[in-house]
Amino acid sequence: MARITAGIGSSHVPAIGAALDGGRTAHPDWAPIFAGYEWSQKWLQEQKPDVVILVYNDHASAFSLDIVPTFAIGCADSFEPADEGWGPRRVPVVHGHSKLAWHIANCVVLDEFDLTIMNLMDVDHGLTVPLSLMLGQPAEWPVKVIPLAVNVIQYPTPTANRCFRLGEAIARAVKSFPEDLNVQVWGTGGMSHQLSGRRAGLINREWDTRFLDQLTADPDALRTLSHEEYIREAGSEGMELIMWLTMRGALGPKIRELHRFYHVPASNTAVGHVVFTPEG
Amino acid sequence: MNMIGAMNTAAFKDIPGTYVFTGERAIEGRHLNRFCMSLMSAAHRTRFKADERAYLDEWPMLESQKQAVLRRDFEALLEQGGNIFFVLKIAAVDGRPTQSVAASFAGQSTEEYAAMMRNGGRSPAGLRSISGRF
Repeated sequence: MARITAGIGSSHVPAIGAALDGGRTAHPDWAPIFAGYEWSQKWLQEQKPDVVILVYNDHASAFSLDIVPTFAIGCADSFEPADEGWGPRRVPVVHGHSKLAWHIANCVVLDEFDLTIMNLMDVDHGLTVPLSLMLGQPAEWPVKVIPLAVNVIQYPTPTANRCFRLGEAIARAVKSFPEDLNVQVWGTGGMSHQLSGRRAGLINREWDTRFLDQLTADPDALRTLSHEEYIREAGSEGMELIMWLTMRGALGPKIRELHRFYHVPASNTAVGHVVFTPEG
Repeated sequence: MNMIGAMNTAAFKDIPGTYVFTGERAIEGRHLNRFCMSLMSAAHRTRFKADERAYLDEWPMLESQKQAVLRRDFEALLEQGGNIFFVLKIAAVDGRPTQSVAASFAGQSTEEYAAMMRNGGRSPAGLRSISGRF
């Protein structure tokens, strides 16, 4: 049977992808970030997951405002890196796991989570930067990826609680998949940041730290926060943090934090990163 | 569990200098954001760069929205229904980094803004609420 063995939280800052692709990983602005993922890269090589369910958001790449799915699951065999206006990132094509993706869609729709099925979709930095941070620069990604895109751009965005409960439903679906698969769930985006208006550059380290603490200790406190609190405290783009709750919901009531990293780089966004395993 | 009621757009408006992209904004910015999305295609980028005004006139946008595009006034674009991730495509055409746009919103140079970020970013203290509720 398939089993969820770990959860990962990670920011997806586009400038990190640009630093990596441009060979600037040793630059003082970026070196601390790559150092913060070294432990996780080694750990992931030992874990050898078969599939990652990667909860992320698209940034006006695959989805224009003409069609805005609240939750969309990638059921294709492969997903090309998106051209975000300056050419696609030169990273490997992302290979999916169609059978598990369709199984999840079948289960969670009957469980009353109405996912949009994506059979053709490009994936932008929201998905590929976390892959790069966790896996470095391989010729091929050594893991299959099921993209789960969440709308965090056009309001109404889903509630934190809805994201959490979708994670619980995904966990039920994975457990009922007959193949023996080692599955991880990654929640990406955040942490605090705001790109526009006079609060541009907002970082709330204290709030971010409490968010990371409560992910382990008291996730109910996070799933009941309102949209306005996420925006007020973590910035307009800090709303992305609701996607970490899908990962958290998929791990069950008790978890263990294996690794944590937090750093504010020179770009716009606080980089947060955690590695969790389910307990019991 | 204390569940959340209807989306509280009044509470969004109480957060200083923050554009929350609601349906109301989407209606206002519909053609502006469609124009921005068109810049994802290299052929459209070329036509836009060759004659910005002529390309803008192909879209049923407000004149004030077109003017904001021409003078790269990102604050005015967001005030008129632009979504940040869509209007950033105009900056991408100019080869201008996101950080430079973010800095301009706050009236800072890119260097000042980057120095602020290296120093831990902008504190939310005093920037949580217009009404003083938070």
